[in-house]
Amino acid sequence: MTDYALIGLLMVVAAIFPLIAMFLGFILRPRKPAPVKKSTYECGLETVGETWVRFRAQYYIYALIFVIFDVETVFLYPWAVAYNQLGLFALVQMFIFLMILLGGLVYAWQKGALEWV
Amino acid sequence: MTQEDLVPPELKRNVLIAPVDWIYNIGRAGSVWPIMFGLACCAFEMIVTLTSRFDLSRFGMEFMRASPRQSELMIVSGTVTKKMAPQVVRLYDQMPEPKYVMAMGACAISGGPFKDGYNVVPGIDKYLPVDVYVPGCPPRPESLLDGAIKLHQKIRSETILTSPWYRKGVDRELPVPECGPWGLVLPKGEESE
Repeated sequence: MTDYALIGLLMVVAAIFPLIAMFLGFILRPRKPAPVKKSTYECGLETVGETWVRFRAQYYIYALIFVIFDVETVFLYPWAVAYNQLGLFALVQMFIFLMILLGGLVYAWQKGALEWV
Repeated sequence: MTQEDLVPPELKRNVLIAPVDWIYNIGRAGSVWPIMFGLACCAFEMIVTLTSRFDLSRFGMEFMRASPRQSELMIVSGTVTKKMAPQVVRLYDQMPEPKYVMAMGACAISGGPFKDGYNVVPGIDKYLPVDVYVPGCPPRPESLLDGAIKLHQKIRSETILTSPWYRKGVDRELPVPECGPWGLVLPKGEESE
């Protein structure tokens, strides 16, 4: 029980400590708001146009397909390192695993996910 | 010289304020973070000063901040062209108080060898309040370290009683010059060059 009490004490201190630091900063910091200072930092240049522009969200499909190759790499590397000990059984298994991932890629390709619309 | 003048200025301060000043100034002098930008060849000497051989981090300046919101010191390192001066002044305006300016090299101080050029600002002190001048063309890293020590001395001699950044109603924002047809012009309502 005392172990959990220590964790609770840690949480209380962790909550109070930044609050004290932020309060000290609040009373100590100089306040000099000015138009140029409050403007958007753009490497010293004045901003042109709207800051809140919409970005095309199409990129997420590429990010999803990237996960295929990412997972593939994560499993291929340890398998390649331990290839001599694992033998033929692991080779066949890895082949099946790659086929499953390849099936996913072929499916995404057929659905037109690799086309930039 | 009267007897009043013989009293050192530190003793004239309030007994309560002096230790506060001491702690406050040590804290400020130990973490003067420069804003990360280099204008010309002096910037390379500044980069060398950051490396382990000269080690600017001994003076609390190891972090070159990529944003003016987190920086206290602007090292104007090199020739300020008229194209670049508005951006430099705007960056200075965007830095929070207290802020300091170090003019590094002959070009930033007076225009240097390009003083008569059609596109060179003859000294950044035409637009910014420069605290430390570091002469040289370009200055050796040792000179920049000396400038850092001079800036520390300046910061430690300040007191919060007279510091302008705690006073209310003092407008410290500097006018940003604009590119006109015959060089830089200050915006309307401000005094011209």
